[in-house]
Amino acid sequence: MANSMKINPRKFHRDQLKFHGALTFLSIFMALPILFIFNHAFKPFTELFAYPPRFFVQSPTLENFRLLINFSAESGMPLSRYVFNSLYVTILVILLTLFISSLAAFALSKLEFKGKDTFNKINTLALIFVPLAVAIPRFFIIVNLGIFNTYWAHIIPLLAMPIGIFLLKQFIDQIPNELLEAARIDGAGNMRVYWSIILPLVTPALVTVAILTFQASWGNVESSAIFMDKESIRTLPFYMETLVSQSGNIVAGAGLSAVAGLIMFVPNLILFIILQNKVMNSMAHTGIK
Amino acid sequence: MEKSSSINQPSVNRPPLNSPTKSKSRQMKNLFYKVKNSPYLFILPYATLFTLLIIMPVLVAVFLSFTYFNTVQFPEFVGFQNYIDLFTGDTVFLQHAVSSTLLYAVIVGPIGYMMAFFLAWMLSQVPHNVRTIYTVIIYSPSVTGPVMMAIVWRVLFSGDQVGYLNFWLLEWNVIKEPVQFLQSPEFLVPVMIFVGLWGSMGVGFLAMLAGLMNIDKSLYEAAYIDGIRNRWQEIFFITIPSMKPQMLFGAVMAIIGTFNASGIAATLSGGTPPPQYAGWLIVDHANDFGFIRYEMGYASAVTVVLLLIVLLFNKISYRLFGESK
Repeated sequence: MANSMKINPRKFHRDQLKFHGALTFLSIFMALPILFIFNHAFKPFTELFAYPPRFFVQSPTLENFRLLINFSAESGMPLSRYVFNSLYVTILVILLTLFISSLAAFALSKLEFKGKDTFNKINTLALIFVPLAVAIPRFFIIVNLGIFNTYWAHIIPLLAMPIGIFLLKQFIDQIPNELLEAARIDGAGNMRVYWSIILPLVTPALVTVAILTFQASWGNVESSAIFMDKESIRTLPFYMETLVSQSGNIVAGAGLSAVAGLIMFVPNLILFIILQNKVMNSMAHTGIK
Repeated sequence: MEKSSSINQPSVNRPPLNSPTKSKSRQMKNLFYKVKNSPYLFILPYATLFTLLIIMPVLVAVFLSFTYFNTVQFPEFVGFQNYIDLFTGDTVFLQHAVSSTLLYAVIVGPIGYMMAFFLAWMLSQVPHNVRTIYTVIIYSPSVTGPVMMAIVWRVLFSGDQVGYLNFWLLEWNVIKEPVQFLQSPEFLVPVMIFVGLWGSMGVGFLAMLAGLMNIDKSLYEAAYIDGIRNRWQEIFFITIPSMKPQMLFGAVMAIIGTFNASGIAATLSGGTPPPQYAGWLIVDHANDFGFIRYEMGYASAVTVVLLLIVLLFNKISYRLFGESK
């Protein structure tokens, strides 16, 4: 009987020691490369190439960050331009995705219309969609839409996000229909129900979708590489990737790359830490039946 | 005042209810209300994007795969020629792309998936606060992205003695001279699989953890009364069956995670193609033909084959965890 209460225990118990042991070991293993990059980014030049190599930084410096800013200024486009492009695109992608996805998820969950079940099935199947695999046809579609070499070429391909619809729909399914009926009797139309009942109730799922969208957009290299050839609208991850692939040829490459990796990774980490509670809350409804 | 008094007045000024203007404006209003209230209005933006960016690309890829298309001339229909070439003449595809992709998918997919489940299960056995810390750490590798991956692992596995792994192995006398982890095909693939596993605790892992936390505790109590004796039985008879939907979601996420992977070997080894096409994946092959050689028809055939493989694995997961009984 006592065994059965082990899921989600309130406090520490001696029996949990083995789990703590295994989890601590695995966490260290998972965190080592991340710790490594934090240390590497702050290492001065001498330590980066020191022999024997040292894992931890001895005398931390911001030298690599300065180098990165100078390096990009020399190559013609200031780093701030890439940062601005990335932020601009990411914010727009998140806002539009949340709006479009929540509208559709509401209809797919609570409204009745022809083809609803089919659409849901196709969307669930599209969870396995591999965007990279159809980069070629997508390229032709982007060109034909007339958005090649515009910011929209970053934004539009990311807006169709089956997992976003899926998460939101599963979450909205949990909202009791009686609640919506009550509002309808009071004269609320679909828009009103969507805006005043559904949206406030699905915030955890919206937050989760926002995080997933952020990850997809912040790290997106594909659009900068394929859907445009104008440097001034390319985004940060693309620049970072070219930097890293060139970095073999420049002496300070290792430090530059570490800073680049850190800049790409830290926003993701911080967002997840702040919002993990809401994410876990909405993850409970992700199941596919 | 005026308003309230107007109610008591006989309705001389008002047009009769069935006047044409009134009913027309009402019609318009009704129509507006109908459109505004229509479910199709809600679904329209997403449906448009979905068709444009997911369904059309797949259809275009299928169409192009039956053509010769060099992006300059109009696609020329060649029947199954691309597929015949792919399966009879393309040694890089057959010997490297297909086998690497399947090897990578079959190892990183299921092992990463099982790891995700067991990590989630262990996490569910510890109190909330410390669980949150572990969860953040274990999840974080999956959001690091390819740039970061390249930097970290390239330094750790670097082929000279400044590479950390080589240094440690030399120090402990495991090896006599530095190993070219990233330049020799026999090491590059295992390193790639290792890196893949390290970053595979993503959304699926979170879903499984949430699923575990939501299992009704009374199920466990009942099971122990019914004679379940140990924790393994508990996992197989209670835990997994109770969270099948999340298990399926996790499986689907594991599938895209592995098949979406591309360019890992190239990033790690620092060049395309990687030495002797080690770790060359199907997506790499498609992009190589599409964007380097501009043989779009052939590249599309590669794409279609990949999509079919993904579909097959998806089907298998549904067989295993779906509730189709």
